[in-house]
Amino acid sequence: MKDNAVFKSRVLPWLLLLPSFLILLTFLYYPAIQAWVLSLHRSNLFLGTRRYVGLDNFRLMFTGALADKYIQVVLQTFLYGFLVIAIGISLSMVIAALASQKIAGARVYRLLLIWPFALSPAVAGTIFLFMFNPDIGSVNQILNELFGVKPRWLDTPTLAFGLVVLASVWKNLGYNIVFYLAALQNIPYELAEAAAIDGAGPIQRFLRITFPMLSPMTFFLVFTNLTFAFFESFGLIDILTKGGPVGFPPMDAAGVSTTMIYQVTLDGFGGSGNTGLAAALGNVILFFVIVMTLLQFRYGGRRVQYGDN
Amino acid sequence: MGIRRNWLTHLILIVACAVVAFPILFALVKSTQIRSAVLSPSLIPGDQFLTNVRNVFLNANLLVFMRNSFIVAIAVTVGKTTLSLMAGMALVYFRFPFKRGVFGLILLTLMMPVEVLIVPLFDVISLQPPHTWAEFAAWIARPDKILFEPARYGFGWANTYLAMIVPFLASATGTFLFRQHFMAIPRSLADAARIDGATPWQFLQRVLVPMSWNTIGALAVIEFVYIWNQYLWPKIIIRREELQVVQVGLNLIIGTGEGVQWGYVMAGVILSLVPPLVVFMLLQEQFMRGFALSESK
Repeated sequence: MKDNAVFKSRVLPWLLLLPSFLILLTFLYYPAIQAWVLSLHRSNLFLGTRRYVGLDNFRLMFTGALADKYIQVVLQTFLYGFLVIAIGISLSMVIAALASQKIAGARVYRLLLIWPFALSPAVAGTIFLFMFNPDIGSVNQILNELFGVKPRWLDTPTLAFGLVVLASVWKNLGYNIVFYLAALQNIPYELAEAAAIDGAGPIQRFLRITFPMLSPMTFFLVFTNLTFAFFESFGLIDILTKGGPVGFPPMDAAGVSTTMIYQVTLDGFGGSGNTGLAAALGNVILFFVIVMTLLQFRYGGRRVQYGDN
Repeated sequence: MGIRRNWLTHLILIVACAVVAFPILFALVKSTQIRSAVLSPSLIPGDQFLTNVRNVFLNANLLVFMRNSFIVAIAVTVGKTTLSLMAGMALVYFRFPFKRGVFGLILLTLMMPVEVLIVPLFDVISLQPPHTWAEFAAWIARPDKILFEPARYGFGWANTYLAMIVPFLASATGTFLFRQHFMAIPRSLADAARIDGATPWQFLQRVLVPMSWNTIGALAVIEFVYIWNQYLWPKIIIRREELQVVQVGLNLIIGTGEGVQWGYVMAGVILSLVPPLVVFMLLQEQFMRGFALSESK
């Protein structure tokens, strides 16, 4: 590591770090310890009672009476995350690659593609709730006009799950495209040119050059999209489906759009009102997050080296 | 490049632009229509935009929600950027024991998203602090109980701005970005400053900050958008409508009953999109350059 430490003070560095430290310790480290403590207790939000139960909450969630529900919630969170990532990232990669070609109006296309970068999950949920409202939504009015059907988008399990995926993919498009466009600017144009002279077709050039050159950015986006699917999607789901509707067997132990974080808030602040279960599920999510972050550090490190020239 | 394939590329891109923009344009058109047209599939713009805006601002509290979002987002953006800059400066320009450990402790928080911790964080924020000094003394005397038993005291900040601001003021990402940026600034500059007798404060003011506008801009965009779009934490910790932020406020405007005023809601949606869009547009250049820098150095 390069050493730029030119100042001699002993006290000043600690003073500079103190505010960040106090906040991280109080509002992240302390709650992280408390999450473990709470997950070993059974609490009733309404009665205000709390009693030590050891690992009972975890047992209840994965082998006990509530296993069906929690396993379904974990599985569908991963399915949702997988779909959002697979569809969203491949779409945005292709679109960004097309918009980066030397064609007329490319700048206009790029501008039109990136402006919804800052879209919020709640806004995406609100617009889709209105568009797909079974009775007054424009989508159903048009479908009714054309085909005489009015699908119950929000009460049919498969449709509701698909709609949540669709809204999420759309919400992330602008964001993914911005980052892909930035990465594409760093790929030397000569590379594609040389391949074209060697007789490579456009699809071959995409598969052999663009795709591998984009892989560090793809890795980064997989990670951020997974974070979205795990956490930020809460606002979208809360507004659009409220975690429902309950699915068909064997997916009938919970609402089909109830993600892990949605279940945490149900357990912690409503519904069952058992903060012990909520804290335990929080720890399960934390475990997944740690695994993902380690993977990101282990394999995502290439991203830093790739630009390092 | 053949004409035919070019034509296909344009077609795909036009469709892509339309798909990306359509839901927002839909909301925009609906926010201009009168109530009867809002509930039809018509996409002909109306002349009711200002009426809808006035109604959603005044009758549906959007003005209050937007004000609250501004207060929280600006406070967090300014505070977080300042604190990250300070921490980054300490980590690069000073020598002190346990430096690597300190940096590690900050980076480790990347693995602790606030969302996972909302249940314990809710207790820490909302429980009341000790009433008397005797209570406080008894509490602080048993650190084992503080750590390993469910929290007994907190800050008593439920339904305050502080609850939405203070926990978000420190940032591993920000500290990391500034540290990387400072390490890329030639050492000779800092040496020269020191030889000229500059204090750390003068060095910060005259050299570091002027050289860091791209990083500051990039971080400000990320943080502003992140806080402005936050939903879960304000929904849980704020239970008074006059303190709620705009993302949760949209849901309050929709309400639960049947007679939803969708024209108002869509006007609210459009207005809520403006501040992050303006911030992004204003700082777009710094944003792109700030990231280019952090990736290449």
